[in-house]
Amino acid sequence: MEQFLQQLINGISLGSIYALIALGYTMVYGVIKLINFAHGDVYMLGAYIGYFCITNLNLGFFPSLLISMLVCALLGATIEKIAYKPLRNASRIAVLITAIGVSLFLEYGTMFFVKPDPRSYPPLTGFMAKTFRVGNLLITSQQILIIIITVVLMIALQLIVKRTRIGKAMRAVSLDGDAAQLMGISVDRTISFTFILGSALAGAAGILVGIYYNSINPLMGTMPGLKAFVAAVFGGIGIIPGAMIGGYFIGLVEVMVSGYGNSMYRDAVVFAILIIILIVKPSGLLGKETREKV
Amino acid sequence: MKKSINGSTLKKFITLALTFAIVQVLVSTNIINDYIFSTLATICINIILATSLNLITGFTGQFSLGHAGFMSIGAYTCAIITLRNPTMLGFVIGALAGAMLAAFIGFFVGLPTLRLKGDYLAIATLGMSEIIRILFINLDSVTNGAAGLSGIPQFINWGWLFVFTAGTIILLNNFIKSSYGRACISLREDEIAAESMGINSTKYKVIAFVTGAFFAGIAGAVYSSYYYFLEPNLFNFQKSIDILVIVVLGGLGSLSGSVIAAILLALISTYLQSFPELRMVIYAILLIVIMLFRPQGIMGSKELSLTVFKKWTRGLRDKKNGGVA
Amino acid sequence: MLEITNLNVHFGVIHAIKGISLTVNEGEIVTLIGANGAGKTTTLRTISGLKKPTSGTITFEGNDITNLDARQRVKIGISQVPEGRRVFSTMTVLENLELGAYLRRDKAGINKDYQMVFERFPILADRKKQMAGTLSGGEQQMLAMGRALMSRPKLLFLDEPSMGLAPLLVQEIFDIIKDINDKGTTILLVEQNASMALQIADRAYVMETGKITLSGTGKELIQSEEIKKAYLGG
Repeated sequence: MEQFLQQLINGISLGSIYALIALGYTMVYGVIKLINFAHGDVYMLGAYIGYFCITNLNLGFFPSLLISMLVCALLGATIEKIAYKPLRNASRIAVLITAIGVSLFLEYGTMFFVKPDPRSYPPLTGFMAKTFRVGNLLITSQQILIIIITVVLMIALQLIVKRTRIGKAMRAVSLDGDAAQLMGISVDRTISFTFILGSALAGAAGILVGIYYNSINPLMGTMPGLKAFVAAVFGGIGIIPGAMIGGYFIGLVEVMVSGYGNSMYRDAVVFAILIIILIVKPSGLLGKETREKV
Repeated sequence: MKKSINGSTLKKFITLALTFAIVQVLVSTNIINDYIFSTLATICINIILATSLNLITGFTGQFSLGHAGFMSIGAYTCAIITLRNPTMLGFVIGALAGAMLAAFIGFFVGLPTLRLKGDYLAIATLGMSEIIRILFINLDSVTNGAAGLSGIPQFINWGWLFVFTAGTIILLNNFIKSSYGRACISLREDEIAAESMGINSTKYKVIAFVTGAFFAGIAGAVYSSYYYFLEPNLFNFQKSIDILVIVVLGGLGSLSGSVIAAILLALISTYLQSFPELRMVIYAILLIVIMLFRPQGIMGSKELSLTVFKKWTRGLRDKKNGGVA
Repeated sequence: MLEITNLNVHFGVIHAIKGISLTVNEGEIVTLIGANGAGKTTTLRTISGLKKPTSGTITFEGNDITNLDARQRVKIGISQVPEGRRVFSTMTVLENLELGAYLRRDKAGINKDYQMVFERFPILADRKKQMAGTLSGGEQQMLAMGRALMSRPKLLFLDEPSMGLAPLLVQEIFDIIKDINDKGTTILLVEQNASMALQIADRAYVMETGKITLSGTGKELIQSEEIKKAYLGG
């Protein structure tokens, strides 16, 4: 039981990170029906920007978090403008290939500048370095930080999407792009905003993973990116609460497979889940079945 | 009519025989040394991979990101068989067994997942190929795990390379020209319309997928026997992307495009061997730029043939004469 | 008010709209009737800015709007109730109306217009907090109309408002259209239900395979033998 609770805590921490990344996938998919393969790499860049702020600029954790989110947001919007916007009317396959191209560009471009070797995040000090003991359970302050920041960001996201004008525009575009245009909503601006929002969350996830695992490298975004995508599909792609649930689910599954089974198989299990969902219920946990229009 | 077909077949045969003979002479006289030969081998393996992926993605319109997975099945199967039976016959059996096993797995993966549309299929095939890779890492007793297999008997010479590469191109070309191939192309153009014409879309998608997987398996077998070393991480996501880049650059739906692109990219990567990051950055920029400015790739869906060449030279001539080309 | 001259629209190689011209004067109800696939919806989509024409001009209140995008056209007072209603299904009725007023900033005016919409469609007031997707077909049509009115359009397009509705409801919807027009909004109505449309229309155009084949006042066309045979079932 104790071991289970310990795994639960670890799983929720990891799941928080997946959930933050999955939100970006799901929102972007909602508005332009694109699997943004480069999203995992925005998360990687978030980790590097955080690293740069903390080590080179000697900034504290919170200012670094904000800067990381901000830079990633700008980056996301720029990627959309340069690579995806000119392809608005192109085939889905063309856009998907472009997304893969952008992903490779970010990975190896970063590798070219920072070299492929992993770097370690500076150890945290003070409160942030503490480990709490509840019975035999260990909770690190990094875990607490990850969980709290994720929850705060999710609440903020919900408020933006539900209450603000641009958030409503986003939902409208994601439900019916043409009808949204007839309301006077600018689809281009809404798409940019969606990339900004999703990339900021990925940036936050990047710096959080940096303090959690300590080690970052230019290819660190690929696997978590794919797993976050699996999380988004699990919850029902395009559905925001679905991505949150999916993120926590995948995090828990992964930790449980490592804890009770063979950690070598944890990636395989995640992909197996993906294939099973795609075959059994491609619309995901919270999605409604839609038939293709003939 | 019949005569002209025989004529063109004859021409093709002569071209093939000449290509084989010239390279064979160059290899025998050591003008093509070991170093150049390894580039040649890479080109041939990539041609087999790219043309077979082109059948799935370019001709049938099914976006697969799992080609490396099928390649690894062929590579490991052939390696394991030739390690136990290090004879020429063992290699041939191994290559065929590897290709068939890849096709078999392709059938089981394809049957359920090919119902999925574009990007979902891409992710599902990617997941499948990752699962295969992880299995190879963990099946220690058979695959020697992450350390990989080494000392695989080497049987690949120019003769075999030629047989496998030319064989793949000819068989795939015949497939595409057949009624099966036309059905596949019609699915790419408009699946709903094709279905309403009575084309069983799942059937043809699976056939294309299984055929593509088969030849990826062949490529894997050739790879294992030429490089005599295998490890699971050779067949990661990156490898699938490498193949995709060739197909996209050459043109989705053009076998000769894939051949040209495989040669071109092999030369680029040989040149950039000492800058691996730069090579990937260039690949990335190639992908983006092609999609933005020439989504049809070098060849579009056209094939390189003498008639195209004649048209082209005639066009140039017309331009020179001030005519409207 | 709205003047379309020699409009051509293509989908790839298909020539969908073949050089049509039509006029809508201020205060009128003009209807565009014709069979399925004649190009009526494409015409509306082009005037709304969702589809780019290959050639031809569209002017609104004397200004050339051919190159404006959909958003700018909403801003100058053109609004559309699209075919199949297209309400935002997982948003509430109120949120749908709010999006209708997306480009307006006058809070007080918007609040007044909510009241106007709720008076015209009392059922929507009862379902304010309900998801639009859970409404019945007729209610969704009312919501789509209310949503379009929230932008305070000078010119309102309605695409097949009677589609899929029970006859009694159809009558109600057409009464409302007439009433909206009486209150000062110019209307361009696309309908397959030709007899209903012609009854309330000042003028009408008949479209066949991308061309306008007949035009006249609503009364003239309703008497026309050709129309009777082709569209009025007798």
